[in-house]
This record gives sequence, C-alpha cells and structure tokens, in this order.
Amino acid sequence: MPSLIDFRRRIRSVKNTQQITKAMKMVSAAKLRRAQERVIAARPYAKTMRELLANLSSAAASAESAESPWLSRREPKRIDLIMISSDTGLAGAFNSNLLKAALKFYDDHPGAEIFLTLVGRKGRDFFRKRPSNIIADYINVLNRPTYADAAGIAKEVIRRFRDGETDAVHVLNNEFKSVMSSRLSVQQVLPLELEEGSAPVAQDYIYEQEPVAMLEQLIPRYVEVAVFRAMLETVASYQAARMTAMDTASSNAKDVIEALTLHMNRVRQAAITKEIIEVVSGAAAAE
Amino acid sequence: MSTLHLQVVGPERMLVDEQVSEVQIPANDGYIGVLPGHAALLSALKPGGVLTYVIAGQTRKLALYGGFVEVLATSARVLADGAEFGSEINKEKAQARLAVAAKAADHISPDTDQQAAQDELLRAQAAVEAAA
Repeated sequence: MPSLIDFRRRIRSVKNTQQITKAMKMVSAAKLRRAQERVIAARPYAKTMRELLANLSSAAASAESAESPWLSRREPKRIDLIMISSDTGLAGAFNSNLLKAALKFYDDHPGAEIFLTLVGRKGRDFFRKRPSNIIADYINVLNRPTYADAAGIAKEVIRRFRDGETDAVHVLNNEFKSVMSSRLSVQQVLPLELEEGSAPVAQDYIYEQEPVAMLEQLIPRYVEVAVFRAMLETVASYQAARMTAMDTASSNAKDVIEALTLHMNRVRQAAITKEIIEVVSGAAAAE
Repeated sequence: MSTLHLQVVGPERMLVDEQVSEVQIPANDGYIGVLPGHAALLSALKPGGVLTYVIAGQTRKLALYGGFVEVLATSARVLADGAEFGSEINKEKAQARLAVAAKAADHISPDTDQQAAQDELLRAQAAVEAAA
C-alpha cells in the first residue's frame, strides 16, 4: 500500500505534466490561428491560377501546336510522390495516418516505381528505415513555410517531369478541415488534371504570347503553388491535431489527479480509522 | 468616371483589390496601358517591371517580379510571382541589390546562369524604380 507521501508526490508530478500540456495547447491554438490566416491569404492566388490554366489549356488544346512535354500523358510507370509530414510529434495520429496513406499509395500503384520527396522529419525517419527511393528530404522548413521554400522543393520534381524521368507527380498531405478533423489529400499535380466544372468562360482573348508558351511557364508555377498550399495546409492541420491531442492529454491528467486524490483520501481515512481503533482498544484494555 | 477592378495576387497574399481608373502593366513585350473597356487579353509579365495604377487621382507604384496578367473589359487580374509596394521598399537595400545584380550580369563566366542574372537585374531595377 503506497503511503500518503507517495500519493502526494504522484499527484504533484501529474499536475506538472498537466500544466505543460495545457501550455502546449495554448501555444498550438495561437499558432493555428496564424496558420489558418496564411492558408486563407494564399487562396486567391491558387484560384486565379486555376482559372488562367483552364483558359490557357483550352486555348492550347484548340491550337494546332507542337507536343509539349507538360501536356503529354504517359503511362504512369515512374511516379514522384511529394509527402508532407510534420517535424515533431505529440499530435495524436497525425503522422501515422499520413504514413498509412503513403503505404496505401504504394499498394494502389503496383508495378509503378515510386520516388519520394519528403518534407518533414517524421516522414523522412519512417521511410529511411524502409526500402524506398528517396530523392530528397527537407526538414525544419515547416516552422514558417515561405513560397521560396516551396519553389525550392518543387524545382527538382518539375525538372524530372519535364525531362521525362517521371510520368506523374502526386502530392500527399493532411488538409485542414476543422480543429477537430483533418482530411488526407492525395492530389495528382502532373500531368495536369483540371477539375470538372472549372470549364473556362469562353473568352476571345488576345494572346500576347503563344498560349502553349504561356502554359509552359505557368505549369511549373502550378506545381510550386500546389506544394506551397500543401505545406500551409499541413501546418494548419498539424497545429489543430496537436491542440486536440494536448487538450485530451490535459483532461486525462485531470482524471488521473481525481482518481489519485480519491485513493489518497481513502488511505488517509484508513490511517485515521486505524489510529482511533488503536486508541479505543488501548483504552478498553486499560479498564 | 468608369473604373476598372484591379487585383494583384501574390503567392502569399493579395496585394491590391481595388477600383482604379487606369493601370500600366509591364508585359513581356512592353508596357500596356489599360483603361476601362479594354479588349480581353492574356499575357506573361516581364521578369521585373513596375506596375503603375491611378486610384482617385493618386498614382501608386508596385514592383512586379514576373507573372501573368488577364485583362477583361471591367477588370484586370495580375498573377504575380512576387510583388512589393513601392512605398514598402527600402531604397538603400534596393540600390545595393541593383549594384550586386549589375555586377553579376556583367560578369560572364561558364558557371553563372546568364538568364537568371539578367532576370535578377530586371527585378532589382524594378525595385529601385518603384521605390523612387
């Protein structure tokens, strides 16, 4: 039976832990707000770009143009996968869900050779221990991702696709949905797939340059934007996951403290009862 | 007086979202002046150039570092690879950047990317011009 002092010690230790998890939750909440603002601020660019791409690709498709490496569709035998995980853990199943999705991606593309570009320490550590083709890994870029970071990451992937070394490029990341939930997103970036419904508004544009030439300039940008957006989404959903995890941890600590306090009081009560019995029986014996 | 809806969006944020009366765009093949009612047009932008727009009689300048523009009768949308307000540019820093860029562009060696050096020179020039 642990003594009173042992209980007090354990309660103090759990309380300390609880304070830490509470603080971490607050930090994540503040970071989440900033991350969300950045996700929103980056939206108009991505939207404008999609609309321009839709216009240009329909123009390029109608124009009798030479085959562009960007628009050619090849059978996806070699695939570049850009996976964005987080650098640190303590965020519940955030990274393990992502890694499961990555393994599923392998299963979904049997016969294809998959090359990995890993952003975030967790993903890198996972795949380093496994037989896999890692082209590049980037860690410590997720604290405050800038567009330049995203462009740097996308550069090699873009070159490989242009030179025909890979047939497709996918981006895998967690997408921010709400504080309580995130969604896994696997997006095919190249070859270009424009969603249905983004049908271009028929515009009779004057093209200052050849549509195909502009498209060739715009597509690498599109890849960079996809990577940038994925990074921002990852940061936001990571902070949300961490906040939720720390909230759960804080309330678990509270439960533990309550249970321990209850036990401690029982032990104290037992000790008091024992003493009373001793006194009473001592007195009875003396009579 | 009729106006034109000008939007300048950069990758990280939207810089301009306003009704303007006139705008000058640094397109790849030269500056384009746009007034309301312009014909629909799509063009790439110069790697470095200054966008000037007039809002309520006031002229404002913006350094643009490449991108695309879409002009419609009542709107102009600039998809900028990078952009900075003239008023936000530090003049000394811009001058220093220009000096470095000019040197790099002059200096021809096999291991420098000439195209990149020229583009950087244009960007630095745009920054200095917008800051002025």
